[in-house]
Amino acid sequence: MSKQFLFDGRPVRFEEGQTILQAARAAGHYIPHLCWHPDFPPHGSCKLCIVKVAGRHVSSCALPAKEGMEVESNTPEINGERRALVQMLFVEGNHFCPSCEKSGNCELQALAYDLEMMGERFAHFFPDRPVDASHPEMLLDFNRCIFCELCVRASREVDGKSVFALTGRGIHKHLVVNAESGRLGDTDFSADDMAANICPVGVIVRKRVGFATPIGARKYDDKPIHLVDMEDGK
Amino acid sequence: MKSHEVPPTPVGRIVDRHGRHANRLLQVLIEVQDDSGWLSPAVITEIARELSIPRSRVEGVAGFYQFLHTRPVGRYHLLFADNITERMQGSAELMAALCSKLWVEPGKVSEDGLVSIDTTSCIGMGDQGPALLVNGRPLTRLSHQRVNQIAELVRRETPIEQWPAEFFRVDDNIHRRDALLGLDMAPGAALRAAIGAGRAAWMTQLEASNLRGRGGAGFTTAVKWMACRDAAGADKVVVCNADEGEPGTFKDRVLLNSMADAVFEGMTLAAWAVGASEGYLYLRGEYRYLLPALQDTLALRRAQNLLGRGILGEAGFDFDIDIHLGAGAYVCGEETALLESLEGKRGTPRIRPPFPVTHGYLGRPTVVNNVETLAKTCLIALHGGEAFAATGTAQSTGTKLLSISGDCAHPGIYEYPFGVAVERVLEDCGASDIQAVQVGGAAGVTLAGYEFHRRIAFEDVPTAGAFMVFDSSRDLFDVARNFVDFFAHESCGFCTPCRIGTALLKKAMTKLAEGHGAKMDLADIEWINRLLRNASHCGLGAAAANPVVDTLLKFRPTYEQRLKSLDFEPAFDLDAALAAARRASGRDDAAAHLADRAPGS
Ligand SMILES: Cc1cc2nc3c(=O)[nH]c(=O)nc-3n(C[C@H](O)[C@H](O)[C@H](O)COP(=O)(O)O)c2cc1C
Ligand code: SF4
Ligand code: SF4
Ligand code: FES
Repeated sequence: MSKQFLFDGRPVRFEEGQTILQAARAAGHYIPHLCWHPDFPPHGSCKLCIVKVAGRHVSSCALPAKEGMEVESNTPEINGERRALVQMLFVEGNHFCPSCEKSGNCELQALAYDLEMMGERFAHFFPDRPVDASHPEMLLDFNRCIFCELCVRASREVDGKSVFALTGRGIHKHLVVNAESGRLGDTDFSADDMAANICPVGVIVRKRVGFATPIGARKYDDKPIHLVDMEDGK
Repeated sequence: MKSHEVPPTPVGRIVDRHGRHANRLLQVLIEVQDDSGWLSPAVITEIARELSIPRSRVEGVAGFYQFLHTRPVGRYHLLFADNITERMQGSAELMAALCSKLWVEPGKVSEDGLVSIDTTSCIGMGDQGPALLVNGRPLTRLSHQRVNQIAELVRRETPIEQWPAEFFRVDDNIHRRDALLGLDMAPGAALRAAIGAGRAAWMTQLEASNLRGRGGAGFTTAVKWMACRDAAGADKVVVCNADEGEPGTFKDRVLLNSMADAVFEGMTLAAWAVGASEGYLYLRGEYRYLLPALQDTLALRRAQNLLGRGILGEAGFDFDIDIHLGAGAYVCGEETALLESLEGKRGTPRIRPPFPVTHGYLGRPTVVNNVETLAKTCLIALHGGEAFAATGTAQSTGTKLLSISGDCAHPGIYEYPFGVAVERVLEDCGASDIQAVQVGGAAGVTLAGYEFHRRIAFEDVPTAGAFMVFDSSRDLFDVARNFVDFFAHESCGFCTPCRIGTALLKKAMTKLAEGHGAKMDLADIEWINRLLRNASHCGLGAAAANPVVDTLLKFRPTYEQRLKSLDFEPAFDLDAALAAARRASGRDDAAAHLADRAPGS
C-alpha cells in the first residue's frame, strides 16, 4: 500500500523509507542537489536540496517522506535561497570556469545557470590552495572543491582505500590524501577507482585528456541540469 | 613470534591502554600529544598503523580539534579566553602585553620554540576572568601584574607545576542557592530511593516532575528516557553532556567541581530507568583540570557499590561510567556531534532522524543529557515528582542555574525557580545602568532595557544558563561582532550555509567595524542571516545569526553610524564578465548568456 504526499501541489506516491528527494525523482520531479548520489546514503551537507515542509526548511535528500506532507520546492523563495548557496560556493573557492577542464560537465556551474545566478554577490575568499600533480594519471585542483565528500565516501566505501579525507574545520576545512607526504602520487589511488570518477566539480581530473570533448558539446551545454539529471536515470 | 617483537613505543603503549579500539582515536591523540607536544606527520602515521585505520582518518580527526596541534606549538602554549566579557575586562591588552614581553606574535611560535600565545573561545571562567589556558590548565584573574609574573616564569622556563598555586585557583562563586545547590545528599541516597520504588514507579515520578533539559533545547526528560527504554537493542548507553561550550556559561563547571556525586548519581538513575549498562561523561577539554577529582569520585562510587555490577545489591543492575575528553570544539556540545566525537571521529552533527534515543553511540539507543538535568533527577528521586513541579512555572518546573558575568558587582552562580524576572536577577547580582543582557550565550537572545520585565523560562526567555550583562558604556556592535567571530571559529564546516555564511558574516562585520560599510552590506547581512537560519544543518549555524539579528533590530543606530554611505553601486556584471569565457569556448548561444533562463521550466 503506497502512500502519498504533495510536491508543489502535485500528488507523489512513495514507499515507506524513501526520502522526499527519492520519491520526487521517482515521480519525475527534479530537486537540485550536489552532495546526494544515488549509490550512497544521504550526506546532507550542501543544502541545495532544501524544501519547505509545514513552514520549515528541511533537507529533502535526508528526510523520509511522510503521508500527507506538503512540500514546496520549485518556488521563487526556495530557488532564491538555493541560488545564494551556489553563490556562496562560488566565492568560497577559486572557480575560473573558462579555464576549467570540467566546464560544461560541472554540476556547480550547471546549477548556477539553472538557478539564474547573475553574479557572485558575496565577497570572494580567494583561498590559497596549491594543486597536486604528483599522480601519473590524475590531477587534483583543490581550488574547486565544494566538500561534498563524494570522493571520500566512494574511496572508503566502494574502493576500500580511504584515499581522501577532510581535515580542518569551518572555512579552513580542506581535503587531504592518505599519505604522510600529502601527495596523491604516494597513495594507492588509481584512475579506475570510483573516487576518480565521481567529483561533481573539477577537482579530480584526468591528465592529458584536456578538452577531449569540445566546449559546446558537453553534458550541460545544450540542456539544463534539471533535464539532464533526470534523463541520466540516477 | 612474540619474543621477537620490538618493545612498544610510547604511541604503542597508549594505543594498548585504550584496547587498540579505533573509537578511542580522539583519546589516543590527546594522550600522544601530551607525550610528544604536537602531532607530527610521522606520529600521525604511527597512530594510524597502531590502530589499523587509514592515515587519512587520523589526519582528518587531528585537524578538527583546536587543542590538537598538527604544527608545533611553544613549550608554553598560552590561550587567552576571547569571550566578550573577558574582552571587556581588558584581555586583548593583557595578551598584547604578554606577547611584547615575550617577543612573540599572536598565533606564532617564538623562534626558540619556547612560547606561543593565541586566543580561544570562552573557557568557562567568565566569573573570574580574564583567564587563559596554559598548556591546558586554566589560569584565572589576570592582571598586568600577573602577566608580568607569567612572562618571568616562562622566560626562566619554570615548570608549570611550580607556578604559584594561587594562579590556578578556581572559585565556585555561588551567590544564590535553591533546591539543587542547597542539597546535602549522602552518595547513593537518591539511587536507593529509586531502586526501592522500582523502575516503573521511578519513571512515573520523573514524568510527574515535568523536568525539561537544562542544556538548551528544553526537551522533556521523561519522554527522552522512555523512548530510549522502549527502543530496540539491549546495550543502551547514558551520556552526560559536560561540553559546556556556550559562551558565558559555567554552571556545569561548578556542579562538576562541587556536586560530582549528584551528577554521576543522575547518570545512574537514568541507567536504572532505561536499562543502560554503559555511561560516558563527555568533559570539555577546557575542564580537564577537573578530571583527577572526577576519577576519584568514580572510584569511591565503585567502592560503595554505586557503580559496577549489581548496584546496591540489585541483581542485573550493572552500570559503569567512563570519562572522555573533548579537545576544543563548541559544536561537540550538539548531541549528535558529541556522539561522533565519543566514537573518535570529527565532531560533525549527524542527520536526524534517526535520533540518539534509537541510534546513538555506536548505533545503540542512547540518552544524552546535560550535567544540570542529570543532577536534578536526584531531587526528583529523593522528594518525588510533584514536589519538584511545585516550584517554577507550569511549563518550566523546578529551578535554573544561571552563570552571571559581565558588568555586575557579583558575578557567579545563581539558582532561581524558573519564572524569575530578568530585572530581579540584575538587582541581585549588583548590576546598574544596564543597557542589555545576553541570555543563553552567543546563541541566545539580546534583551534591551524595555524587556527586563521578561521571565527566565522555556516559554519566555529560555537559557542554558548564560547571563551576560552590558552597561551603558558598552557598544552592542562589539558584542555582536565578538559572537559572530565565535561562530565562524567554531563552525564545524560541514554544511554550506554555516561554513561559508559565518565566514561571510565575520567579513561583513569587520568591514563595518573598519568604516567601509554601506547600506548594501546591511542587506547582505540580512540575507546571510536568512540562509543561516533556514538552511543550516544544526543549531550552531541556525543560531549564528541571532546576535546580529537581535542587535540590528534593537540597537540599529550602532550599525548605521558605522556606514560610510547609505548607498552602494554594485560594480559587477557577470554576463559582461563572461564575455571572455564565451570567447574562449567559442560560444555565443543563448545558453551562454545569463538572461532569461528559468529553472525547472
Ligand atoms: C551548537 C550546540 C551546542 C550545544 N552545546 C551544549 C552543551 O555544551 N551542553 C549541553 O548540555 N547541551 C548542549 N547543546 C544541546 C544538546 O544538543 C542537547 O540538546 C542536550 O545535551 C540535551 O540534554 P538536555 O535535554 O538535558 O538539555 C548544544 C546544542 C547545539 C546545537
Ligand atoms: S574533491 Fe570533488 S568529490 Fe571530493 S569533496 Fe571535493 S568536490 Fe566533492
Ligand atoms: S550548522 Fe555549522 S556547525 Fe552545524 S553542521 Fe553546519 S557547518 Fe557544522
Ligand atoms: S543534496 Fe541534500 S544536502 Fe546536499
